[in-house]
Amino acid sequence: MRAFARSIGHGVIDAVAKLGYFARLFVLTLRQSGTAFARLRLTIAQIHFIGNYSLVIIVVSGLFVGFVLGLQGYNTLQRYGSEQALGLLVALSLVRELGPVVTALLFAGRAGTSITAEIGLMKAGEQLTAMEMMAVSPVARVLAPRFWAGVVSMPLLAAMFSAVGVFGGYIVGVVMIGVDEGAFWSQMQNGVDWIDDVGNGVIKSIVFGIAVTFIAVFEGYDSQPTPEGVSRATTRTVVSSSLAVLALDFILTALMFTKG
Amino acid sequence: MLMSDSPTSADQPFVAMQGVSFAYPTLAGAPGRQILSGVDLSVKRGQLVALMGGSGSGKTTILRLLGGQVKPQAGTVMVDGRNVHALKHGELFALRRRMGMLFQFGALFTDMSVFENVAFPLREHTDLPEAAIRDLVLMKLNAVGLRGAHALMPSEISGGMARRVALARAIALDPQLIMYDEPFAGLDPISLGITANLIRSLGAALGAASIIVTHDVEESLAIVDYVYFLAEGKIVAQGTPDEIRASTMPYVQQFVAGSPDGPVRFHYPAPDYAADLGLAK
Repeated sequence: MRAFARSIGHGVIDAVAKLGYFARLFVLTLRQSGTAFARLRLTIAQIHFIGNYSLVIIVVSGLFVGFVLGLQGYNTLQRYGSEQALGLLVALSLVRELGPVVTALLFAGRAGTSITAEIGLMKAGEQLTAMEMMAVSPVARVLAPRFWAGVVSMPLLAAMFSAVGVFGGYIVGVVMIGVDEGAFWSQMQNGVDWIDDVGNGVIKSIVFGIAVTFIAVFEGYDSQPTPEGVSRATTRTVVSSSLAVLALDFILTALMFTKG
Repeated sequence: MLMSDSPTSADQPFVAMQGVSFAYPTLAGAPGRQILSGVDLSVKRGQLVALMGGSGSGKTTILRLLGGQVKPQAGTVMVDGRNVHALKHGELFALRRRMGMLFQFGALFTDMSVFENVAFPLREHTDLPEAAIRDLVLMKLNAVGLRGAHALMPSEISGGMARRVALARAIALDPQLIMYDEPFAGLDPISLGITANLIRSLGAALGAASIIVTHDVEESLAIVDYVYFLAEGKIVAQGTPDEIRASTMPYVQQFVAGSPDGPVRFHYPAPDYAADLGLAK
């Protein structure tokens, strides 16, 4: 019984200590972000690595999500004779919710894992310690450029996801099923608000970008420097960032789309 | 590197540890297993000193203390007249620019070529033009015999070569203190001989204080000026290589002769063997 209580106590202390370390490292990364901007080359290389290489999975997923939205949306709307609103439904679903959320989940799996594994292996190979001993801060040189690259890449990828998704909805709804093309686009144009819908979607994707990328960076930096430790950290990145995205999505949606 | 910014003169120790005790803290903040207790040592400029002792005797921890990576619970660690653990972050980084460290497995940046690895400290800490960086990197690589390998990636070179590239990187900024963590471990006899000579000649050429953490007795005794023997976190013997060879201390004799019996136990502390196997009555 005492051992059980002790293990709970240990668990709580560890969790609080880790949360504190997470917050401290976040502040440190922001404070040491000067290098990431002063030497933009470092951040651009990371944008290329984690943003550009995620394009294929984002575009292909966006297209299929658009197909499914077109199909499901049409099936539901035509029961009420509102299939003209298909364009609006597809666009709002993507811009408000699916674009930012699905992109963030895919980004966690594609880019988040590679960031964690790379930083974890650098740690295991004593590369981060070597950097510190050369009077170069790994937070400034390794963590911050990756963090900002993720923050910049996420909204761009989410925008691409939504654009391709709308195109997918158009192919299924207009080209294949035969919904009126004029109604499809004009309803979308009239019904989607730049600030309330697109703007809030962009804010969501920036928040998800911060959450997913920082979790990935943190898990890599905090990993045990062993093969098992790196593999566990990579798993934790996917689990924690997916849960964080879904929880944050609920909070942000409640704040943004609840009319008071 | 200008010597005038240095508070220590040539005959004063460049590195001085006094009464240093250290235990890695646990997550809750309490000290864990004692690694070092009451360690005193000093190294002068141009001197090559070896720290010897079995695995887990605390040798590498001493290097980590000198680099300010960990903090002692007691005692002072002075490098070039400055208390390493009383320095602010910026001052510690300034001091580290004058240190070079060779890691056991090189710790090369795997996403950079050999050239870029050696250029890394120069690019980070100087505003030298590209042509000057190129010349300096090629000179450092030439010193370790790997000028021709500058375009290769770390994955394309052997472990011994990686160690030499790491050595070139460690001396890129002409450090005044060079620390070598097990520089001979896992090297073939040719690489080992080359590395030993390099360590000797580099320290002499730079006039740097050098510390080798090693358990390669013969190779080290041939090149170093002074030896400290560590056992269970304490310095148990010290002296010049000749004094060490002539020592009658059982611990030193066992280490130099490499014999399994002596004060250093081969077996990790364990309960009775027969009882463990269930054979005891």
